[in-house]
Amino acid sequence: MDPVAAKFLGAGLACLGMGLAAMGVGNIFGNFVAGALRNPSAAAGQFTNAIVGAALAEGLGIFALVVALVLLFVV
Amino acid sequence: MATNTSSGTQVPSKGGFPAFRVETYGSQLLWLAIAFGLLYYLMSRHIAPRIGGILEDRASRIASDLAAAQTMKAEADAATASYEKSLAEARANAQAIAAETKAKITAEADAERKTLEAKLAADLSTAEATIAKARESAMGNVRSIAVETAQAIVERLAGASAEASRVEAAVDAALKR
Amino acid sequence: MADPIKQFELVHLVPLKIGGADFGFTNSSLHMFIAVGVTAAFLLLSTSGRRLVPTRMQSMAELAYEFVAGTVRQTTGKEGMKFFPLVFSLFMFVLFGNLIGMIPGAFTVTSHIIVTAALAMLVITTVIVYGIMKHGTHWFALFAPSGLPKAILPVIVVIEVISFLSRPISLSLRLFGNMTAGHIALKVFAGFVTAMAGAGVLGMMGATLPVLMITALTALELLVAVLQAYVFTILTCIYLNDALHPGHH
Repeated sequence: MDPVAAKFLGAGLACLGMGLAAMGVGNIFGNFVAGALRNPSAAAGQFTNAIVGAALAEGLGIFALVVALVLLFVV
Repeated sequence: MATNTSSGTQVPSKGGFPAFRVETYGSQLLWLAIAFGLLYYLMSRHIAPRIGGILEDRASRIASDLAAAQTMKAEADAATASYEKSLAEARANAQAIAAETKAKITAEADAERKTLEAKLAADLSTAEATIAKARESAMGNVRSIAVETAQAIVERLAGASAEASRVEAAVDAALKR
Repeated sequence: MADPIKQFELVHLVPLKIGGADFGFTNSSLHMFIAVGVTAAFLLLSTSGRRLVPTRMQSMAELAYEFVAGTVRQTTGKEGMKFFPLVFSLFMFVLFGNLIGMIPGAFTVTSHIIVTAALAMLVITTVIVYGIMKHGTHWFALFAPSGLPKAILPVIVVIEVISFLSRPISLSLRLFGNMTAGHIALKVFAGFVTAMAGAGVLGMMGATLPVLMITALTALELLVAVLQAYVFTILTCIYLNDALHPGHH
């Protein structure tokens, strides 16, 4: 296989990780909204936790992006 | 969304992603340290104390205003209480004065009535005495007249003078009837 | 199509070399000073009156102060307020670094990994140095939660150490990745506009679609800019809490 083609394929595959991270973030906020609808009075106190959880989940997706960027530009 | 419109020479590079170019790190770190150090200095020396001071001033001002309002309310309550107290005192005073005046007037009226009565009684008794005296003298006059008249009548009828003492006794007896 | 990476290129404004190494004043350095200048001007000028009843700008400065102070107090408790100038500086620097980067033509300071990594290392170094200064060797109890069976303790310690070491990496990569990805996406859609508009009248009409997309993405990126500044701040507070209270996990 052409090494350049393999590089781009690898970068594309790495970006799948971002989609998975998006699922994680969506899961967190979906559950947060579901919980907030059941008990709206408790929602405000848990918003920070939702943001932190989403940030941590998203961080792992960003790792995938960085892997893609490294494959594209560094390797 | 940014383009490098600013003039200048591009950092010489071997290509690749700009953020992964190690040769640019020294410059970035140096200027970041200077810029962030400046911000931290301003923040810790000027900005944070100033805004914190403003917020603290406001909090203490609100607290002191609330305390002042509390004391003023207490003062107003005390003033109301003292006013009500003095009002009650004045009312009690007025009632006492009224009662005293009434008693005084009653006593004066009584005294006046009593002196008047006494005077009237005295006048009455003098008048009665005068009347009795006048009556007595009048009665005395009537006896002597009657005695003289009886002597004269006896003298004329009998032609002899009657004994004075006998005439007097007879007159007295007649007067007594 | 224009290169979506070109917006991250550094340009020397004032070249400077010390001992052969490059320490030139670049567009990135300029925008760092712009972010610091805007922050300082906003916070200092708006509060110069020290009004008891605030003006609009003073109200905004107080709002920013109260927001960060509330976050610090909530996550680290009262003794965490000694780190308040650091946390507030980080928040304002990241916030204005992100927001100024949203102005077309401006450079995004936080889209360079060395900048975000330096900020993250500053936080983690503060945590380690202050933690050891205050608690001595007790601070290392952070890596060994109490009440665990002896058998699984080595595994847990290894996991905790790795999780601790991954903190500065994830903290810096998150901010860098968000900014980079967002700006590349905007630039790619902007490239679609020019590419389609060059293809005649039909292309010009079709080019309105990516313009709408850019508008929506710009709004999203503004949200991300503020949100990432907040995330950076609250994670900083959570990590600082480990320096203050290593026992309470």
